[in-house]
Amino acid sequence: MILQTLAFYLFAFVAVASGVMVIVARNPVHSVLFLILAFFNSAGLFVLIGAEFLAMLLVVVYVGAVAVLFLFVVMMLDIDFIRLREGFMRYLPVGAMIGLVLLAELAVVVGGHFVAPEFGGFVSAGPVTADATNTEAIGLLIYTDYVFIFQAAGLVLLVAMVGAIVLTARRREGVKRQKVSDQNARRPEESVEVVKVPTGSGV
Amino acid sequence: MAEIFTDTIWPWLVFIWPWIKIPVLILVIIVPVLLSVAYLTYWERKIIGWMQLRKGPNVVGPLGLLQPFADGLKLFLKETVIPSGANPIIFLLSPMITFVLALVAWAVIPFDEGWVLADINVGILYLFAISSLGVYGIVMAGWASNSKYAFLGALRSAAQMVSYEVSMGFVIVTVLFLVGSLNLSDIVRAQAGGIWNWHVVGILAPMCVVFFVSTLAETNRAPFDLPEAEAELVAGYFVEYSSFPFAMFFLGEYANMILMAGMTTILFLGGWHAPFPALEFVPGIIWFALKIAFVLFFFLWVRATFPRYRYDQLMRLGWKVFLPLSLAWVVLVAGIVEFTGG
Repeated sequence: MILQTLAFYLFAFVAVASGVMVIVARNPVHSVLFLILAFFNSAGLFVLIGAEFLAMLLVVVYVGAVAVLFLFVVMMLDIDFIRLREGFMRYLPVGAMIGLVLLAELAVVVGGHFVAPEFGGFVSAGPVTADATNTEAIGLLIYTDYVFIFQAAGLVLLVAMVGAIVLTARRREGVKRQKVSDQNARRPEESVEVVKVPTGSGV
Repeated sequence: MAEIFTDTIWPWLVFIWPWIKIPVLILVIIVPVLLSVAYLTYWERKIIGWMQLRKGPNVVGPLGLLQPFADGLKLFLKETVIPSGANPIIFLLSPMITFVLALVAWAVIPFDEGWVLADINVGILYLFAISSLGVYGIVMAGWASNSKYAFLGALRSAAQMVSYEVSMGFVIVTVLFLVGSLNLSDIVRAQAGGIWNWHVVGILAPMCVVFFVSTLAETNRAPFDLPEAEAELVAGYFVEYSSFPFAMFFLGEYANMILMAGMTTILFLGGWHAPFPALEFVPGIIWFALKIAFVLFFFLWVRATFPRYRYDQLMRLGWKVFLPLSLAWVVLVAGIVEFTGG
């Protein structure tokens, strides 16, 4: 148990510290790298509360895919660090408001735990039935009780994907495209001509 | 002497064993992996030499068998150069990430029935997660080097690894449909009873090919070694690295190759099971090692045979061929499992 506690404080501390570093770091690439570290430590926290499936999904989806694209874009940006600093005071009120809203939500959640502890039993990271693993429990819930919400989420993602493609794809003129089927369909008879060239004259 | 052992050393060993058990097991796994990495480089040079009618390394030690250690020693004795424009922390961190990620994945690999360090429920997802992190070592190296060749190599690599991961994920899903578990030992147990029960035979055979080709792309091996294309990018993302950091990249890349070969073995070639029930008396670990060596031979064979892909062809193969094919196979296998009761 002592090991779990130590691991919790390690993960929690690194997660919070790297979260702070995301907004404090001067270099945007460093920010993204700290964001990845924060994701990673959250995955560690998930493992500690027994949600190993969610932990792995967090790493696969956020660290392995989303953050890679993030890093990809941020690395290619040509960022003027001084101009980036200038906007700080302008965005401070909005940022502070979002922070306050989040703080209020956290207070409601944590406060509920103290005011009405008898409802705490509803919040559990592990599966409800003891004989099913996490993965099975999540699958059973998603594909039965929440199937319409699940499908709706899929549709939203699909629309977003189609929108991104429509916004960025453009037909360019004069681009040579490779057609593998055409290449494979070519025969020597139609592409090679054997000629006998008499000495002293061209073809 | 015997009394000292039974009276003093043995009780202490019993006392501290729970504390040193995991580190000892980690060493028992890591040391053979690193030795195999050393001899994989040797066999790569030997096999490609034979395929090109050369001899390969044959000078250091009998049959050149000490060549990997000579190379390693040479790398350690060189000077570590950090380019003046580089970001030193990230520059040194990225080879460590590559190396560590190549080793931590071995924690869930089952070498034989019950021979696994961490027999976790989501083993295959863990492997998938770790292998999808490999791109960070490369991208960070390319960015921190502050060199155009390294940066171009890193960008190519990031796009390539993300592209092929998608179809790899779908291939894994088809296997999971048949097995019904994310535990690696369960995946191997589902293929017990001979070669005709392995996933490589039957409906998943095309997926095995897709998976193998995707692992080639995922480990940046020929013919998909565009991130390090020496003809255009000199050496790609590790062009600025020397000495020990370079050695860590190198070790990480080859340990990843062995890991991917192990993943192919577990998913499709029956893990530790013998190809015929009559051969079950041979220990499972030997079958596992032999199968990994078999898949690794394909890695080397492909390198000696195929020319490098052009970048647009690589993307076309990933997104327009492998992704639709594996997606269709997911639907097909799901239908078969649903209607036959799997």
